[in-house]
Amino acid sequence: MALMNWWRMVTLREREARHAPGEPLLEVSRVSMHYNGVLALEEISFTVEPGERIAIVGPNGAGKSTLLKIIAGVLTPTAGSVRVYGHGPQGHLCIAYIPQRNQVDWNFPLTVADVVMMGRVGKMGLLRHPGARDWEVVRRALEQVGLTDLAHRPIRALSGGQQQRMFIARALAQEAELLLMDEPFTGLDLPAQEGILEILERLRQQGVTVLVATHDLDQAAAYFDRVLLLNRRLIAFGSPEEVFTPEALRAAYGGHLRLVSIGGELIAVGDTCCEGG
Amino acid sequence: MGEVWRLLLDPLQHMFMVRGLIAAVMAGGLCALVGTYVVLRGMAFFGDALAHSILPGLALGYLLGGGSRDALFWWGLGTAILAALGIGALSRGQQLKEDTAIGVLFAGAMALGVVMISTSRSYAVDLAHLLFGDVLGVGDRDLLRLTIFAGIVAAAVVFFYKEFLVISFDPVLAITLRLPTRLFENLLRILIAITVVVALQTVGVALMVAMLVTPAATAYLLTHRLPAMMALSVLLAALSAVVGLYASYYAGVASGAAIVLTATGLFLIVRWIRRTPS
Repeated sequence: MALMNWWRMVTLREREARHAPGEPLLEVSRVSMHYNGVLALEEISFTVEPGERIAIVGPNGAGKSTLLKIIAGVLTPTAGSVRVYGHGPQGHLCIAYIPQRNQVDWNFPLTVADVVMMGRVGKMGLLRHPGARDWEVVRRALEQVGLTDLAHRPIRALSGGQQQRMFIARALAQEAELLLMDEPFTGLDLPAQEGILEILERLRQQGVTVLVATHDLDQAAAYFDRVLLLNRRLIAFGSPEEVFTPEALRAAYGGHLRLVSIGGELIAVGDTCCEGG
Repeated sequence: MGEVWRLLLDPLQHMFMVRGLIAAVMAGGLCALVGTYVVLRGMAFFGDALAHSILPGLALGYLLGGGSRDALFWWGLGTAILAALGIGALSRGQQLKEDTAIGVLFAGAMALGVVMISTSRSYAVDLAHLLFGDVLGVGDRDLLRLTIFAGIVAAAVVFFYKEFLVISFDPVLAITLRLPTRLFENLLRILIAITVVVALQTVGVALMVAMLVTPAATAYLLTHRLPAMMALSVLLAALSAVVGLYASYYAGVASGAAIVLTATGLFLIVRWIRRTPS
């Protein structure tokens, strides 16, 4: 037993950064990103408070995925910094990134429970196998997203909505406090989208903060606390009413979005969809 | 019935057959275990290139060691690990596509190996052994070495199961879980390198990729759990090794090639049975 504790101490090495009190959950300051000399993001700054739900919207190639990956600590920005509770993202296990569904090899020989258990790997440490507590966490995570019955189903047999819910369960198993989702609604039918939105609502009550990259301006306006309008630069950030102004939308989308005024109400038509971004 | 037993037991009167069987089963099983990751990560070309690029190292060991198996092994191992890490570094380069860079280097390395071996007098026979294996020439020392290294590699695959799984399925998750991703990537490449060298005597350089890929590919078609895929893959490889060696004994054909052909046959049968559109 003493030996096991020692091993745990050695392999886990206090990897997780302390959450400094009084610091914002997420603080992005003056982040810029260059790929081979091309500017993908320029001087992005914003702050997010715990429990908020943020939609990141913008045209294809606006840098939405890049921004999410920088926040997750997967990419290192060319300039600027990201702080999560006062520390860089590399020190945190509490950030979960959910990939676009087309980035995943759905033929991998895994079951739903296998994938959700992956969220525990960071907590287990080297040479350790899932314990009773890990299985309990996985069971509860599956229950929260309504996938208990599908726990032993191969991932290749899941629908789009189930795939997305499985990844949310994995984030819960990771005990994530900041959830980053890259185009989770793309290609899902309406009931599946609503299922995900309901789960996100419940997560908010648990204090989980969610940043979602999306193409759907309507949904962003209806379901999210704040909207971040992005096209390489941060064009606007605030409540949907503040952000969705004709000037801001034109600045973000240029000719790709037509604004139509019907009966005094402004309607945006035709964002070019959907891959990449 | 007695006839069947005689057919099965007859070859075992020869020690070279017993040692060959043990070696082929162990080396095949090891290749199949590591091969699950080769298949799942799409590293078949990497495995092929790796096997070929150790030829100059083997040639050097062969020329310097005067035909000693030990020298051959250690030179092969050193070259393989260097090549594995080198190809990994290449894949992070930006200019050329990865497969192009690998193609250029491994064909070049192979040519260098052939040139070096051609300076020796028993060129044809020795080159054939390196290219196609010499499983019936396995000695006790070879067997001991195979056992030790197979044990080390298999233990690493078991101990780091969950880490290898995460970096293979979702490298981005591996980073957000703050795993030392680069370290495990390189460790996996080194394990493949060791496997290739250890298994070299069974099938040789030219057919190595089949040992890595074929049984794992067959298992992939049969299951949707990774542990099951690993177990099945090892089982299929062991079966191929035994059937192939017996076939080579009775038909008098090259043993390494017979093993690979058996594995290929199993794959085709399973592929045919599983052809149902889904």
